[in-house]
Amino acid sequence: MSFAQQFPIVFNALNVGFLQTLKLFFVTLLGALPLGLLLALGEMSRDKILRALIKVLVWIIRGSPLMIQLLIVYYGPGLLASRITAEAAANNAFLAFIRSCRWSGGESGRFAAASFAFIINYACYFCEIFRGGIQGIPVGQEEAGLVLGMTGRQIFFKVKLLQMVKAILPPISNEIITLVKDTSLARIIVLEEVIWAGQAFLKGSHGISGAIWPLFFTAVYYLVANGLLTVGLAKLEKKLSYFR
Amino acid sequence: MPILQVENIRKSFGQTLVLDDISFSMEPGEALSIIGSSGSGKTTLLRCLNFLERPDEGIIRVRDEVLLDAGKANKSDKASNQEIRRKRLHFGLVFQSFNLFPQYTALQNVTLAEELLAKEAPDWKENKTEKLKRIREHGMELLSEMGLSNRMDNYPHQLSGGQCQRVAIARALALRPDILCFDEPTSALDPELTGEVLRVIRGLAERSTTMIIVTHEMGFARDVADQVIFMDEGCICEQGDPREVFAHPKQERTKQFLARYHEN
Repeated sequence: MSFAQQFPIVFNALNVGFLQTLKLFFVTLLGALPLGLLLALGEMSRDKILRALIKVLVWIIRGSPLMIQLLIVYYGPGLLASRITAEAAANNAFLAFIRSCRWSGGESGRFAAASFAFIINYACYFCEIFRGGIQGIPVGQEEAGLVLGMTGRQIFFKVKLLQMVKAILPPISNEIITLVKDTSLARIIVLEEVIWAGQAFLKGSHGISGAIWPLFFTAVYYLVANGLLTVGLAKLEKKLSYFR
Repeated sequence: MPILQVENIRKSFGQTLVLDDISFSMEPGEALSIIGSSGSGKTTLLRCLNFLERPDEGIIRVRDEVLLDAGKANKSDKASNQEIRRKRLHFGLVFQSFNLFPQYTALQNVTLAEELLAKEAPDWKENKTEKLKRIREHGMELLSEMGLSNRMDNYPHQLSGGQCQRVAIARALALRPDILCFDEPTSALDPELTGEVLRVIRGLAERSTTMIIVTHEMGFARDVADQVIFMDEGCICEQGDPREVFAHPKQERTKQFLARYHEN
């Protein structure tokens, strides 16, 4: 098959794969941004135990490879469940619960597992960025709000939030761009994202085998996506440049 | 009747006693300046009055209302948070480093708190436009008094230090506090910019604004105040008519302190 014949076939397959990449990207952002904020607020709370728990979580998640986390999240529950016999589960509600915790089969189960692992992973990075952003606001801003009779809530939403958003936008942009590329790690649990789709043409997919160029070509998808993101995020940054 | 009575305020940070048995009172329309070296407790005293610090002991009274009786425990429940908010509004505070909100224009800085407060009123919805207009006019009026009528729509980073501090003064005045406190209002300014801020404060004194001014500007402290307090190591060392205290200090410590200023 000539390149001209291959191209439309490959292009279509890669598009399908990239759709899955984008899905994982957006689901991760949607989950990890709010979860990261919650973790950051928890890390700054007065509750020592909560603070310690979050610190340990952040250490584990940031300290180990995302690829291993994906494997543990996807295969771990099933392996654990297989160790529990039906008789043991019948007599113990907790064991029964563990035994029932498995990802559903097929692509939807893999996508759910990947989303779970990505959201936890990115929330931990966002958490540290948010915490830095909140703590970086001079204490005088809070005090100025207080002496003007504002409530803690009003000070957070009317005074601090926008300053925080401005401060964290550059590091968050960095993470977002990294996330686009990190989604390719889900390949390890056979999520059918764009790299998987490209790689498939090596071993025969849609009647094409031994073609490596589709795998190389996947880079173009990441470049285009990150190009658009860079432009968008720079626009946002510019929008917030009216104050210092 | 005094507008402010402070009785036996005591405050420690850990083992360090920062305020030791501070008592004074002020009449309405009076300006009080507080002088003393750094670390003598002047700023902590202002922060206690504005409920940014809680004294360990002592009573703060505005007119006849007891705002704080440190002997009575009333810490951190929801109701007392609301109470503290209300009590704070008796005082305004102008900070050394301005602490303007950078994302708001000069005018928005002045009107923000008043708007938030107005929104809590039960008749807010019916009279929204009317109220917002009045708050805006009040803010513009205050900024004009500060000589900033052509700067209302500028953001803090577009203003000089002196202009920022004048916006901060307008902001503190917006909620019509009974007593306006200044915490070294010119210490963060270039020498050439202190004049414009001091002029504004002097103008407020002439209109009988009740004020407490913590300052290192000795000439200003003497001229503008009706009463002066010299603090040293958390205590009030000497207190009285400024012309008296500056010309004929009684305490040895006051003499030393003032002598060092005369040298400069």
